[in-house]
Amino acid sequence: MSEPLTQADIDREIAELSAARAGEPADHPARDYAPYRSTLLRHPRQPLVPIKDPQASELSGPVFGVTDVTQLDNDLTKQHLGEPLGERITVRGRVLDRDGRPVRNQLVEVWQANASGRYLHQRDDHPAPLDPNFSGVGRCLTDDDGNYLFTTIKPGPYPWRNHVNAWRPAHIHFSLFGTAFTQRLVTQMYFPGDPLFPYDPILQSVTDERARQRLVATYAHDLSVPEWSLGYRWDIVLDGPAATWMEEGR
Amino acid sequence: MNPTPSQTVGPFYGYALPFPGGGDVALGGIVVHGRVYDGAGDPVPDALLEFWQADEQGDLRGAPGSLRRDPTNGAVLGRHGVDFTGFGRIGTDLDGHWTLRTVVPGNGYISVCVFARGLLHHLYTRIYLGQDAFLDSLPPERRRTLVAVAEREGVYRFDIHLQGDKETVFLDFG
Repeated sequence: MSEPLTQADIDREIAELSAARAGEPADHPARDYAPYRSTLLRHPRQPLVPIKDPQASELSGPVFGVTDVTQLDNDLTKQHLGEPLGERITVRGRVLDRDGRPVRNQLVEVWQANASGRYLHQRDDHPAPLDPNFSGVGRCLTDDDGNYLFTTIKPGPYPWRNHVNAWRPAHIHFSLFGTAFTQRLVTQMYFPGDPLFPYDPILQSVTDERARQRLVATYAHDLSVPEWSLGYRWDIVLDGPAATWMEEGR
Repeated sequence: MNPTPSQTVGPFYGYALPFPGGGDVALGGIVVHGRVYDGAGDPVPDALLEFWQADEQGDLRGAPGSLRRDPTNGAVLGRHGVDFTGFGRIGTDLDGHWTLRTVVPGNGYISVCVFARGLLHHLYTRIYLGQDAFLDSLPPERRRTLVAVAEREGVYRFDIHLQGDKETVFLDFG
């Protein structure tokens, strides 16, 4: 039997890959990032095949509307009869494209662990309490300026089995649509100053320090609601073809 | 502006993203189904697939309403079946299997976006249901990974291999 993988092993791998990829600007994580062990058998080894067809279906994408969300969907603290436990927060930001244009009236979906670091999921066996007043699922449409807003509870950090004593920093999962299917993004928002950042291979898979910082929300006192909630701001920029071949398809 | 980096969908999206009828883009047409496999050839039980396609006339202006909800209790009502939304979303089952019910798109292919635990950045591929110039540009052994195989009238098979000898062609839109 092989020795159990320790945090020190993972730290060493993270440091090696950070050094090897230092100075390489990269917006997204490489899909072959071994410190996150589940990537090993789940990344393609062949290079991606480029498509530059102005008629490509992927330059358009699904749209959503007022019938796809309800008014309660963006307040994760009001989906049950009682109030969930934890630190109430509001998270606000804008969804933009690479040219800085707002992504209007498009779907934003979130999911997260509760304040104790437990997901409402049968396969989450972390022995932390479930909260009968918290499901941890929300969605909304962006407004005409690309703004989204969620009221929720600050999620707790939680252990996972990547290696011995692996802990995920607190995070909220986000799913975003742009105007093109090529702009699709699923990502995670982190909270400023979390001491778990350096130990987490999922966050560290973004080896470019400046890109990694774009995953961390900012505490925004002006977004805190007196006697109610603490405010965080997190703006999101969707990737996608910026080259002229895409504009030809419009 | 610099884009926000991707992060994995993780293992726990199942109560948040899939929705009832998510794979029923349109009824009365074709069925496309298959499995998602990892590099060891094992089924991937925690992949999430999204589909985007034109209608039978090739029109890519999909209507809203894929996730239509009941404002009384928040329950998912789903598509009302009159408008074509063009969007599908399916979480693979414990056997890595998925089933899409839809119509043959007028432009010949269905776009697929693959998310999974262990996949830090989603992947795009296409399900081709007929001939295409792009397919002709690929070597034969790679080309066949993008072509749905007719199993019987109206039923097509399309497996997705994330890695390995049968690795699916994944696309880069630059």
